[in-house]
Amino acid sequence: MFRVCTRCVGCGIPDSGIGIVSVAVHKVMKPDCLTSLVRERERERERENDSGSDQRESRCSREEGEYVRDIRDPEHPYSLEQLSVLSEESISVDEKLGRILITFTPTIQHCSMATVIGLCLREKLKDCFPPHFKVDIKVAPGSHANEESVNKQLNDKERVAAALENPNLRQLVEECLYSSEL
Amino acid sequence: MKNFVDENFELNEVQKLEGHTDRVWGLAWKPAAGIDGVPAVLASCSGDKTVRIWEQSPATGCFQCKAVLEDTHTRTVRSCAWSPSGKYLATASFDATTAIWEDAGGDFSCVATLEGHENEVKSVSWNASGSLLATCGRDKSVWIWEVLPHNEFDCISVLQGHTQDVKMVQWHPSVNILISCSYDNSIKVWAEDGDSDDWHCVQTLNQSNSGHTSTVWALSFNASGDKMVTCSDDLTIKIWGCDIIRMQSGDGNAPWMHISTLSGYHDRTIFSIHWSRDGIICSGAADDAMRFFIESKDDLVDGPYYKLIYKKEKAHEMDINAVQWSSLENNRLASASDDGTIKIWEFISAPGKKMHL
Repeated sequence: MFRVCTRCVGCGIPDSGIGIVSVAVHKVMKPDCLTSLVRERERERERENDSGSDQRESRCSREEGEYVRDIRDPEHPYSLEQLSVLSEESISVDEKLGRILITFTPTIQHCSMATVIGLCLREKLKDCFPPHFKVDIKVAPGSHANEESVNKQLNDKERVAAALENPNLRQLVEECLYSSEL
Repeated sequence: MKNFVDENFELNEVQKLEGHTDRVWGLAWKPAAGIDGVPAVLASCSGDKTVRIWEQSPATGCFQCKAVLEDTHTRTVRSCAWSPSGKYLATASFDATTAIWEDAGGDFSCVATLEGHENEVKSVSWNASGSLLATCGRDKSVWIWEVLPHNEFDCISVLQGHTQDVKMVQWHPSVNILISCSYDNSIKVWAEDGDSDDWHCVQTLNQSNSGHTSTVWALSFNASGDKMVTCSDDLTIKIWGCDIIRMQSGDGNAPWMHISTLSGYHDRTIFSIHWSRDGIICSGAADDAMRFFIESKDDLVDGPYYKLIYKKEKAHEMDINAVQWSSLENNRLASASDDGTIKIWEFISAPGKKMHL
């Protein structure tokens, strides 16, 4: 069941995303959902190999969307797609160069959870793509009051590594990604 | 310094060192090793919370893991540095501590743990004489520690000035000047006051004086200490110069001036830069590539400029976090990567070979 998010959020972006006091548990993606998506993706890839690789990029983007859009928002009982935080167009994958760019739209201009959403996306992608893929995560232009600093933080891999070693943040990210509570 | 301008080069992978189970963040060649029958030694530190000591076998020339320093740091070990004598290894960790390890003939024991930083320690550096140690971290501060007898370390100064986390500290190779670089895009020069024992910031290099426009990840000095090189998330490498005579005469305020900006050589964050004693600058970046540059005096009108002499794509499978020239073997260097491996390279001139630039 849903629990109501009782956390009172200030406008500041947490330094390295740390500073989260309490966390509400919301709707999440079911883990087996992922497995089926991966299988589907493999099948499509095989078909692609059979039939040439036209429109490879758009197809990959759509599949990619399926991986990440069910991640729940840390603050809401909805998935990122339901909240229009993510959409198909916001994800582009260049398989040849091994690069992924995700642009997401925080629900509000001062969303202090933007960095956590970024961490969730990064962790999720790590599970779905070969490790050598380069991932860039950004907030959509104009969607966040501190766009530049959020983008900088989301892509500083040292801060990301440090944040994921923080037990509270790690737990929050894992709840967003893997909890099967509904 | 040799004049390499007309030479051609070759980079050979000598060995790949495997053993770390997470990304490798830092490397340090042990000083006073690798000559006179003393085998070369390399330390590496990793996201797997361990430090590994690799020693070259005199018989085969191959590097082997001789020791794993574990169960001391509880989080990522971000940086490691040997004392000038090679007797101690300092390791900086995300667990907020810096550990000092004593090397007794290959047996390592942790003899001190420096506490004080609020959270992640990101870099550690010994001064030239081994009497001072500097650390920095996410708490935006730079700490200077005095090395006392009996493995005691006294914090003598906590330097505030950066507005964001400090990525690296590095002592000047001959003078007690400390340089730090930060997520706040700036480079700061710290010196001691003549009369008091106070340390303070004597210069800030930022966008207003031709500095970087994003996180400055690393810096390195040339052998004589009159120049330093910095690298950044802004995808550029910058060379800075200073009046070394003035600095050596005790004037810590001798300013650093921008000499050159190298851009267009990497297309993702440049994490590491190291200047060899022979004057070759090597860079390693998140594009998995390494680049090599030398100073060229061909065009003296605009002062020295820096020229690409070699490039290596796909040096690793993933981001390169550290490149480090051997302190003694002139053409040997090591690189460390997110792919969990370390590579030993030989960078040699190749007569008659075409440069593939």
